[in-house]
Amino acid sequence: MYVGKKVTRVDAYDKVLGRTRYTDDLCDKSAYIARILHATIAHGRVLSIDTSRAEQIPGVVKIFTCFDLKEKHYFPTAGHPWSTDPAHQDVADRLVLTEEVRFYGDDIAAVVAEDEVAAARALAAIQVTYQEYPFVLDVQEAMQDGAPQLHEAYPNNILAHTAIRRGNYQEAIQEPGLIKVESWYETPTVQHCHIENFICYAQMEGNRITITSSTQIPHIVRRIVGQALGMDWGRIRVIKPYIGGGFGNKQDILYEPLCAWLCMELGGHLVKIDIPREDTFVSNRVRHAIRSHIISWVRPDGTYAARKLEAFSDQGAYASHGHSVCAKGAGAFPQLYPCENVEVDAYTVFTNKSVAGAMRGYGIPQAMWAVECHTADVAARLGMDPVDFRLRNLMPVGYIDGFSKNELYHDSFRQCLRKAMAAIDYDQKYKAYQNQTGDIRRGIGIAVFWYNTAVWPISLETSSCRMVLNQDGSLQVQLGETEIGQGADTAYAQMTADALGVPLGQVHVVSCQDTDVTPFGTGAYASRQTYTAGFSIRQTALLLKERILDYARELTRMPPYNLELSAGNIVRTTDGRVLMSLGELATQALYSTERSQHLTAESTAQIKSNAYSFGCTIAEVEVDIPMCRVRLLDIVNAHDAGTLVNPALAEAQVHGGMSMGIGYGLSEQLLFDPKTGRPLNNSLLDYKLSTFMDHPRLRAVFAQNPEPTSAFGTKALGEPPACSVAPAIRNAVRQATGVAFMEAPLTPHNLFRRFSEEGLL
Amino acid sequence: MYDIKALYEAASVDDAVRLLTEHPEARIIAGGSDVLVQIREGRLAGAELISIQGVDALRGVRLEADGAIRIGSLTSFSHITKHPIIREKINVLGEAVDMIGGPQIRNIGTIGGNTCNGVTSADSASTLFAWDAVIELAGPEGRRLVPIQNFYLRAGVVDLRPGELQTGILIPKRSYEGYQGHYIKYAMREAMDIATLGCSVNVKLSPDKLTIEDARIAYGVAGPIPTRAPHAEAMIANRPVSEGVLKQFAQAVLTDLNPRDSWRASKAFRQHIAVVLAQRALAEAIRLSGGEIYE
Repeated sequence: MYVGKKVTRVDAYDKVLGRTRYTDDLCDKSAYIARILHATIAHGRVLSIDTSRAEQIPGVVKIFTCFDLKEKHYFPTAGHPWSTDPAHQDVADRLVLTEEVRFYGDDIAAVVAEDEVAAARALAAIQVTYQEYPFVLDVQEAMQDGAPQLHEAYPNNILAHTAIRRGNYQEAIQEPGLIKVESWYETPTVQHCHIENFICYAQMEGNRITITSSTQIPHIVRRIVGQALGMDWGRIRVIKPYIGGGFGNKQDILYEPLCAWLCMELGGHLVKIDIPREDTFVSNRVRHAIRSHIISWVRPDGTYAARKLEAFSDQGAYASHGHSVCAKGAGAFPQLYPCENVEVDAYTVFTNKSVAGAMRGYGIPQAMWAVECHTADVAARLGMDPVDFRLRNLMPVGYIDGFSKNELYHDSFRQCLRKAMAAIDYDQKYKAYQNQTGDIRRGIGIAVFWYNTAVWPISLETSSCRMVLNQDGSLQVQLGETEIGQGADTAYAQMTADALGVPLGQVHVVSCQDTDVTPFGTGAYASRQTYTAGFSIRQTALLLKERILDYARELTRMPPYNLELSAGNIVRTTDGRVLMSLGELATQALYSTERSQHLTAESTAQIKSNAYSFGCTIAEVEVDIPMCRVRLLDIVNAHDAGTLVNPALAEAQVHGGMSMGIGYGLSEQLLFDPKTGRPLNNSLLDYKLSTFMDHPRLRAVFAQNPEPTSAFGTKALGEPPACSVAPAIRNAVRQATGVAFMEAPLTPHNLFRRFSEEGLL
Repeated sequence: MYDIKALYEAASVDDAVRLLTEHPEARIIAGGSDVLVQIREGRLAGAELISIQGVDALRGVRLEADGAIRIGSLTSFSHITKHPIIREKINVLGEAVDMIGGPQIRNIGTIGGNTCNGVTSADSASTLFAWDAVIELAGPEGRRLVPIQNFYLRAGVVDLRPGELQTGILIPKRSYEGYQGHYIKYAMREAMDIATLGCSVNVKLSPDKLTIEDARIAYGVAGPIPTRAPHAEAMIANRPVSEGVLKQFAQAVLTDLNPRDSWRASKAFRQHIAVVLAQRALAEAIRLSGGEIYE
């Protein structure tokens, strides 16, 4: 069995040796280079674009402006499965180039040149005149009457509002003796900062166009390019090679439609768009900044009588993934600490800022910041131990959610808390760090997180798989679910080897997705890859095995029900005798002059289940009060992600998520100039992505309760590691200093402000 | 792909001076960790460059006859950090340049480039200010020596005359003999960052370690160019080593500092940190000198 073993990544050697080829490695050097001209106002209208000087620059092929768009096909960008129900379709509000400017960085023109230097010179030589409108940057100001409006169809800039009502909040708060705890919590705009910037290239052959793109979602790219260009979807071929990370930014259509349009306007010539890092921050996608208002009514015994959440999610200028992000966090609120009387109102609101889309955790890191900071604040107010308070209120085993039908089959929260507390020696440290004085103080903090797996029942969940047997008994496996650095291909190989009964070395996972040949699939997102692909892998392997054993029946004259495929051999189950190897069978099958057969299987699994995936973070910090600095001393994440297909890759996945959480908690924040709406720190120097040197040793522990709904006992682990890190750090700082921070990240500036307010400086 | 108009390669210092005279618009490129970034950003797009990578005479650290430490301008940060003369006599400079960027930048970046770039945040600059370093230049009229405080003219501008090339940095013997120094880089993360504030302190204690005979303090990012805090230096000379004196010294630095209020950091924040850094850097320099601080 390979599932559960720390096998080496299938792409490890290629990646270490530099043999893996990424989009830019694959693009022919004859490509024209396209660069995008971004608006330098936050809101307004392009009146004119003077390209005359830029066109004179040697090497410039052609300059396209928003006024060159002959047909206006508005398209959505979210990498969601398409809904055949118009009411559930994503908002189509983008054009490849726009006259209406809704944020500083909107796409208004594109230069196509023979090389990067000519393109850069031309960009600098273009003159734009605008009519400027008032703009709004704050999510709650944008909701006010009279605020600048971004989209006509959305009064008060509200893209969506959803409400959850449970029990009777107004009645419940009348109960005598309740303690009211109320606070506002705020998370910053952050960016994914994947290593490989977004890049794609397009070329025509016949009347078809081929787009190679650094994307998480090739089949969705095909559909949206078709929508954006008004083309039949089958004329579009999308190829996804190895990619240098995505974290959700590439679960959106970024510039594939523009690249395809430029290519077609230039007679099908090869055109490449390689986005500079600075533009990636501004004109790709960011994480929604969410402001949350929580009111809890608590009994003195530490139980909740009633709770209320209002969440205001900053969508930026276009709908992208829209309300689904804020709604996910809002949906988690009544479940994490179940309470009979709950009111939730979630708003997603347009502002004149960079567009928010999907990012690892999809609304849950924001929600956990609010909820888990609040949980610590409530426990402190009650004078209760933060662990005891959580144990009393967390979702109990056996809980079933009415909407998703998710059931908590195991006591994941309590198991994870115990494991993490033991790993970091929590009890002793918590005691030692109580009531400190002095300039330098230590603290330890906890946060839990709620997560689930895949998108059912909100959206379609489907996975298709193809297996093709080679002459030597090895096989190719193809799936629409993509490898984006997380190790999916390795997990697929392990699952295939087990499901079919062949050695791992005989399984060749085709890493590249090509919509012309890869079975349909929606791509990498929602921590769904291993869970959803598991179903189609297992189902397809069983189909293929049936065909193999049927062929073996002919060769061995044994009944198929007495045959099994095991470790790459055809074995007679009655006595365990190896009758022949799969390789021998495959050679016979393909070259037989009696009955030649291409042994292959292909199937689709539709998944109508979802699975809870819970865990926690514990962080230990040292706070240097005069220096306004937090140093992270130790940190551990505990997860119940079900069976770990590959414990080494699982641990690596958790480390990556923790690193992202550390940046979220301590240093990362995209800033906008309040006077102009211009992004201020859109570079890797000024945007303080945390580095290796800012991390202690990252630790991961697991409670491996096999998930009963899952083909291999697995459930989500891609996004969960990023969800609880920031509030755990904040709660540790709270223990160390007594200061409750409401805004992430805990930068030195934030510490200076709060410590000054609290009289610590 | 970089927008470079022309690249000339100098074979010697004289050759570089000749090329600079022939191509007055050209910029010197050493490691390229600043120049290439500025070309990419567009600020130096289309530049003519004179590379001095081949001029080995500009590399290395040595002691001059008069005891001055001479650092060739083309010496990389990682070579400075590891050099035995630096480690023995002015270790703080090695520590300071070891906080620049990351390992790759420290292998390619040079101290000459760091100072000629003229920015206030350069990690070498505040320490060189504290050591009273002298900049050595070669030009059409020959060799010229300029105290580093005069070399920095204003933000991004240094005293390089037409045809001139920086060839070395000298630390006079009287500056370092008997002194210990400490540098604190205050940045938003532990690597790959520029200083929000940098503070470098040197101190010379009396033989009995009870009196501060002399202390020098210099800051980066506390003004448009690196700066010393002469009021603080004057108040502490010949004062006893004590907590109270350190606090007075730290408060006094504000008289001479003029940090900016910007989105990167507020003036109030930089002033607060400047005081904390002064006290901590001086305390550490005293500890390195064998002194003890009493209440």
